[in-house]
Amino acid sequence: MSEKKVNAIDVRNVTKIYTSGNAQTKALKNANLTIYDNEFFTLLGPSGCGKTTLLRLIAGFEDITEGSINLFNQEIVYLPPNKRPVNTVFQQYSLFPHLNVFENVAFGLRRLKKDENQVESRTFEVLELVQMREYANRKPNQLSGGQQQRVALARALAPEPKVLLLDEPLSALDLKLRQAMRFELKTLQRETGITFVFVTHDQEEALTMSDRIAVINEGEIQQIGEPEQIYESPSNKFVANFIGEANLLSATCKTPGENGVCELETGHTLNLFVPPHIKQNDRVTIFIRPERIKIEKSSNQKSQLIISEFTYLGNAATIQLNSNNQLINVNLPIEDLKVFKKGDFVDIQFPKESAQVID
Amino acid sequence: MNIQGENKTQNRIFALLPLWVVIGIFMIGPLLVMAVVSLMESNVYGGVHFKFSLSGYRQILFDTNLFDEIEFNPAYLIIIARSFMLALAATFLSLLIGFPAAYFISRQSNKVKNILIFLVTIPFWTNLLIRTFAWIIILGKGGVIESSFYFFGLLDEESSLNLMYTNSAILIGLVYSYLPLMVLPIYASMEKMDLRLLEAATDLYSNRIELIRKIILPLSMPGIIGGSILVFVPCLGAFIAPDLLGGGKKLLLGSLIQFQFSYARNWPFGAAMAMFLLALVILVLIFNARLNRKHREYANQK
Repeated sequence: MSEKKVNAIDVRNVTKIYTSGNAQTKALKNANLTIYDNEFFTLLGPSGCGKTTLLRLIAGFEDITEGSINLFNQEIVYLPPNKRPVNTVFQQYSLFPHLNVFENVAFGLRRLKKDENQVESRTFEVLELVQMREYANRKPNQLSGGQQQRVALARALAPEPKVLLLDEPLSALDLKLRQAMRFELKTLQRETGITFVFVTHDQEEALTMSDRIAVINEGEIQQIGEPEQIYESPSNKFVANFIGEANLLSATCKTPGENGVCELETGHTLNLFVPPHIKQNDRVTIFIRPERIKIEKSSNQKSQLIISEFTYLGNAATIQLNSNNQLINVNLPIEDLKVFKKGDFVDIQFPKESAQVID
Repeated sequence: MNIQGENKTQNRIFALLPLWVVIGIFMIGPLLVMAVVSLMESNVYGGVHFKFSLSGYRQILFDTNLFDEIEFNPAYLIIIARSFMLALAATFLSLLIGFPAAYFISRQSNKVKNILIFLVTIPFWTNLLIRTFAWIIILGKGGVIESSFYFFGLLDEESSLNLMYTNSAILIGLVYSYLPLMVLPIYASMEKMDLRLLEAATDLYSNRIELIRKIILPLSMPGIIGGSILVFVPCLGAFIAPDLLGGGKKLLLGSLIQFQFSYARNWPFGAAMAMFLLALVILVLIFNARLNRKHREYANQK
């Protein structure tokens, strides 16, 4: 990581507007991001947020409304999809039904007019890579979903693209297979050294596989960062809510500044960093992950926190605390499962650094 | 399951009974009549003598000369060959026009698509005879095409293009009559095609021509085969276009059969020719079934 990073994709001020009749939909609003070479980069967001639009703009299936996209410092906006050195793994695989696995994988190589020996050796090489070599003569409809997925992957990798685009490739698989494929995809990316741009709405997928993530909502990029960064310090309420579970508690700022103090509506006070633009007595929202909150049985009866819900999950439990109608979610570790039950009064502790003021 | 299954089979036979009756009366019945007629002796006043004879079939290949000797007569074989070539040419031309047309229609918006398909079917609303007559007005002496040639001075007033009563005129008539039967099945198979496959092919460096050759053409093959059959078979037996636009100068199979039943009053020969035509069509259909089998795997997936 010490070596200088090379920019694989530069998205600059990209806006995409769909026009149908008189109606205009802004799918992307002034998006900016840089994807580095050799990176597993994920575009994460709810459906309809514009992540697939961005991917299709990079692939060239959509015309850009404004802005520019550079691939290794070369403008690609004016190139048709078949002239761009990127390949796509489609959501529904889109394998050619009339061609067998070998011909599907060799398709791109043949269009690039590689000689027959090269086509054959490269095709078998990538089929080997995705462990599908013995299926070379099968037709796509004779394969299972997971196998089709691998072939689609091999087909896109065969022409050695500079960047591989993946459009929710795992969403059509069942859970077990999806989890296995996550690991395989990540390994594949590391082995091939190709830059992966991965689109998903599944935050777990994004967190486990990515080097960096861009969270997108309503056509705007909300935050770009490493998985840990995005999980631990989301930049706004949307990111906090979309990635994992989050408590967003309303509070009042008592002491502003670096060693600030905020008071929750429950009466608890927290010590945390308060951003400079917040003044004393401002209303703020505090973000804290449920697993960061520590609870213990209340010794004095003055506690106002009562366990109002207790959901058993097998390896843990989630509980909901109620105090003056402010709900706080807490994850209970397995060793505490027997200690608490619904209706208990509890005390609550917020470890330092675990809470933050959020926009 | 088994007991129910047997019941189901029985039910199915009963449920299909009306269909069998209809097929029996309207399809198998007339065919049997034709088969029987083809094996009878001819009656010069029309109809047949109810006496078994193979003369109808013999006449396709052999003739009796003045000395009552049987000799080989290739005249009808030539007619058959000519009909075959013309039908083949008409099918090929329909495909050449129909494939791009179907592709164009399939790529339009839903609204435009429906209008275009509606337009394709409009010719079916008028009688084929009348539509073919219209071509006489277009192609004939002093017709639409010639007058426009005169108008632009491409042709002097004394000469003629001689478009009518040629094989080309017949071909134009046939292609015109049966083109919709080519467009519709091809359109149907293109409509079913997953457009994302085209995106995938473009993503994998296909240019426009490769897109058509490697993806669109193979995937619309079922429609192409179906359309070709639908055009080829009626072209083989067509007699309206050959008679009106070809002037009946060069006899074709359809005209020949029609002639035997009307003016020539040689029903057994006409019936024998019809049976021969049927055999030809069946051969073509078997060939088609072979071709189709190759594409069945794809159809199964759908």
